[in-house]
Amino acid sequence: MPDAVKKLEGTRQLLEPILGEGRSLARCALGHADSDSVLGGGLAQGALHEIFAGDAGASGFTACAARRVSSTKHMLWIVQDFCALEHGALAPSGFAELGIDPSKLFLLRTADAADALRAGVDALSCTGLGAVIMEITGNPKVLDLVASRRLVLAAQQRGVTAFLLRQSAQAEPSAAQTRWQVHNSRSADTDDWGMPRFEAALVRNRQGETGHWVMEWSCDDGAFRKPCDQTAHPGAVVRTPADRPAAAAKVRIAG
Amino acid sequence: MDLKAARLKLAPGMALASARAMVRELTVVEADEPADARLLAGIADWCDRFTPFVATDGLDGLLLDITGAAHLFGGEAAMLETVRASIARQGFTIRAALAGTAAAARALARYADATVAAPGTEAEAVAFLLVAALDLDPKDTHALRRAGLKTIAQVAGRARAELTARFGKEMVFKLERALGQSEKPISPRRILPDYMAEHRFAEPVTAEAVVADSILSLAGSLCSLLEERGQGARALEASFFRSDGAVSRITLETARPLRDPKIIARLFRDRLDALADPIDPGFGFDLIRLGALHAERLVPESVGLEARPDDAKEIAFLIDRLAARFGSHRILTFQPQDTHIPEAAGVAVPAQHAPDTKLNWETRIPGEAPRRPLRMLSRPELIDVMAQVPDGPPLRFRWRRALHAVTRAEGPERIAMEWWRNQNPQPTRDYFRVEDEAGKRFWLYRDGLYGREPFAPRWYVHGLFA
Repeated sequence: MPDAVKKLEGTRQLLEPILGEGRSLARCALGHADSDSVLGGGLAQGALHEIFAGDAGASGFTACAARRVSSTKHMLWIVQDFCALEHGALAPSGFAELGIDPSKLFLLRTADAADALRAGVDALSCTGLGAVIMEITGNPKVLDLVASRRLVLAAQQRGVTAFLLRQSAQAEPSAAQTRWQVHNSRSADTDDWGMPRFEAALVRNRQGETGHWVMEWSCDDGAFRKPCDQTAHPGAVVRTPADRPAAAAKVRIAG
Repeated sequence: MDLKAARLKLAPGMALASARAMVRELTVVEADEPADARLLAGIADWCDRFTPFVATDGLDGLLLDITGAAHLFGGEAAMLETVRASIARQGFTIRAALAGTAAAARALARYADATVAAPGTEAEAVAFLLVAALDLDPKDTHALRRAGLKTIAQVAGRARAELTARFGKEMVFKLERALGQSEKPISPRRILPDYMAEHRFAEPVTAEAVVADSILSLAGSLCSLLEERGQGARALEASFFRSDGAVSRITLETARPLRDPKIIARLFRDRLDALADPIDPGFGFDLIRLGALHAERLVPESVGLEARPDDAKEIAFLIDRLAARFGSHRILTFQPQDTHIPEAAGVAVPAQHAPDTKLNWETRIPGEAPRRPLRMLSRPELIDVMAQVPDGPPLRFRWRRALHAVTRAEGPERIAMEWWRNQNPQPTRDYFRVEDEAGKRFWLYRDGLYGREPFAPRWYVHGLFA
């Protein structure tokens, strides 16, 4: 019997790096109090975060989150050629308007997802970068559990944060620390044209609970925040189904 | 013309009819100058193994500047023999000679095969050659012959002033060059590396590991050369000479002057891995050369106060790696442009070539929500407008087959196209930021001023806000 216990203990120690990863990671507060508390202090640095895009809002959310975690360091945005055609090319003026310095951004255009992932793993070893964003369309075969695991390990090694921005993709198993589904949120019923708002659903969180919030990006402070009008209508937000990507739900609204 | 044709007494420039009369079963092939030129270029590439300084001479000659290279082949005469033998082995018949100036060597090669003119003896060596060896205008050659001047020595005996008066300055220059009295530098076919290092293998090598080791040690030698001059490489070229004559070259550029053998070797490894059709060693490489095509001063790093210099170095290395693997046109950085045309306001330029200066991006107005979209369509897309109000944004529109109802709008922001740059000025655009019922924000524009343009207004989606 003690033998079995010992064996079990051995297995637990063997698995510890996998099970326990993320607990010790440095965290960077997003600025949005509710999500930060669920995330245990903020978005984990040196980890992989997956963001499933409902619309262009997800690009904005990713850019802002990456800006937060990389503070003053550079970011690398890896984008498949197809994404730029389909969803529009990244516009430097758009970054500047979000309060993100475009000269802190490098762009790598790759022909396919395999190249994007290979470049991503390579870039995650560069300590000069704060964040690496890989924008990948659909569910390519090369992006499997092994590939995401490789990204996680690369991110952990040097503490560079990895983001996978998944355009028109279905959720599938991955080694990511968190998984989000993000799309634009309606503006408040005020007259002026407000700051960008995201409906962000944290649908998977290795370290704790999930949640669903409307987050506003303050371009001036460079931080997320709770929209001022949200306190008045708690629960006004329609829950995104966790088992389907947000895009599917949206089509139903439009139809 | 080869030996066999010479035995049959055929000669270049002969009329086809007389050639046919002499040799009955003559096969006639049309001259193909481009193909000849390609072949000559191939041989020239191959000759690169003797010296990087190779130039073509007309349609059928090569000039090799072997200054400082002869000792590698056991002296001048031995080198000439090596060149001749190795080209002959590939099935070409050549004439070759060696002299102190290109013109003298050229004259000797064409009219006195296998001569090696010792330094300073060019005049004697070419003395008894026919005037045709001077490579003059055919009219001048003919005139000299008519004047009874048959050999170069006879021409050289005349007063220069006389010759200049009759044939012009150029002719006298050519004569002087052939006599070894003046020199005109030859222009090599390819850029000469600023620095280079090479490995010659006694036995051709095929193993990838040996090639990789060789590149690493060559990079080491190259870097010590660079270090002596305090320089770093900005563009590198590796040349692989196959024993059967084929030459493959790989070039890569770096974002900042580089002088680290390990990094150079790593970049070449990445590049070789990424090649769509890998370099085929065939029966093996017998020479590998690494050259710095372009070198710049490598400023010793000053450790500034504004944080860690390592970061910039790491990023430069990453950019070089990505450029080596995917091509320098794929790793980009943004540069602001002095224009108000939205699609031209910021351009993506190759990060390796971007100047390392502080950029002035138009600063945003504090407290203001983004006025420019995060994602811009590379080509504005035409939309169907369902309902519209004069001079205002559409109420409903269809884009990519989905219907969007506008719930709020901001605008117009009127942007006039740059009429001073275009012959056919484009109409002014009125931009609107609109939000649909789902919260998506679009950047729309109407082509032309309402009611002022000659055609019905057309609407486009130009970008998507975050």
